[in-house]
Amino acid sequence: MSVSVSRLLRGLHSDGRPVDIGEHLHLHGPLPGRVDRGSLLDAVELSGLHGRGGAGFPTAVKLRAVAGRRGRKVVLANGVEGEPPSGKDKVLLRYVPHLVLDGVEVAAHAVGADQAIVAVSENATAEAAVLQSALRERRESDRVGIGIAAVPDTFVAGEETALINAIGGGPPRPTATPPRPFERGLDGRPTLVQNVETLAQLALIARHGPAWYRQIGTREEPGSALVTLSGAVRLPGVYEVPLGTPLRDLVDEAGGPTEPARAVLVGGYFGAWLDADTAFALDLSEASLGAAGGLLGARAIVVLPEGCCALAEVARVSRFLADESAGQCGPCVHGLGAIAQVIASLAQGESREGELRVRRWLDHVEGRGACRHPDGAAGFIRSALDVFADEVVLHARGARCAGRDLRMLPVRRRRERRAA
Amino acid sequence: MSSRLRVNPIACDGHGLCAELFPERVTLDDWGYPIVDGAPIPRPLEQHARRAVDACPVLALRLQVLTRKD
Repeated sequence: MSVSVSRLLRGLHSDGRPVDIGEHLHLHGPLPGRVDRGSLLDAVELSGLHGRGGAGFPTAVKLRAVAGRRGRKVVLANGVEGEPPSGKDKVLLRYVPHLVLDGVEVAAHAVGADQAIVAVSENATAEAAVLQSALRERRESDRVGIGIAAVPDTFVAGEETALINAIGGGPPRPTATPPRPFERGLDGRPTLVQNVETLAQLALIARHGPAWYRQIGTREEPGSALVTLSGAVRLPGVYEVPLGTPLRDLVDEAGGPTEPARAVLVGGYFGAWLDADTAFALDLSEASLGAAGGLLGARAIVVLPEGCCALAEVARVSRFLADESAGQCGPCVHGLGAIAQVIASLAQGESREGELRVRRWLDHVEGRGACRHPDGAAGFIRSALDVFADEVVLHARGARCAGRDLRMLPVRRRRERRAA
Repeated sequence: MSSRLRVNPIACDGHGLCAELFPERVTLDDWGYPIVDGAPIPRPLEQHARRAVDACPVLALRLQVLTRKD
């Protein structure tokens, strides 16, 4: 039995062209006319929607924070998705742009904004083009001025304050908070930053209400979610499933594993490794994964096969995360760099002595940046040392690793660090 | 009204004066950046804290006054 649902990913064309405005209205119906702001905010709260960008902050709380500010407000739709193993936001932008744009309109109404910007990565040219023509299709009917902005293709660019900096013409680097974006964001204005999947969900809640939204999912984590599944599965890709779906069912939906699985990365590069047997017994919810030391995050999931050298994969991603530091906070710059170097030597079987040092350094980088980059990277690396403890010993003994570097975990090539 | 020490990690350049002036609450990591204990500072130590804040060459350290909410 299929576990997929099609709330967001509805009416997709097999030839890959986006759902146009006519088809979109036929599939979902029009957005309801002006609902008063209070009822809209109440509906979002009752739905239990949490942000879908990874942090999982309650959407209603964020909306109310911006709605309660004085001054001219702005909505920033975050479609940057700088995380290599995640593809769900690009799928939304590329195939169902009107659902995202509806969500932008709903959010703008909820907070009282008359302007909005959809931010995408500068190399997401196809997505930007689809958005452009979608905006042209609806120009007449739009109640909010919506623009598109392209920001540098970096991991950190999707962080709220970095995104605001980048759109304002600065470098895509986080700033120290407070002030948070809802207080002072783009051009100093109260800014709602919301992931594009969150906005698409908002577009459905505005139409169908909170009771409908909660018909699937779990009590605590209702609704559907997009999951990017990759690695050793037959049909890797983006799936829409109810929250709380057993991970095993999702893997079956993707045609099952291509070879025996060794471990599963949940929550992407800010997430955690779990033993395959452990992971396959869990559900896709923060509650289930969290109890086992994992997290759902932005729901990028990678199944690592047994025939793969886990340490080579972890070393490559550790280096990538160190290189993707915004380069501002000492512990992140120096700590992640030093850690990546030791992980590389562990992978090459040079010595095991480094492991204790890495564990101490992980404690030292966590919580010590202006943003969550060092924390996310530390969680990824710490869980790798736990789950791949046997591999670390094996490598240190000089035993030849049976696994190959299959490059299951994608990274962007190393960029030249721009001068400050 | 008590207070606690906060560091702005972007501004901090790891000069390390704070750790020298206020070792009760500030230690340095392996790269020379301050690890700040953010617990409320008892009155007798406030003078030390203030000295550390004033000595920071890049103004990365500050005393945050704690309200009941914190």
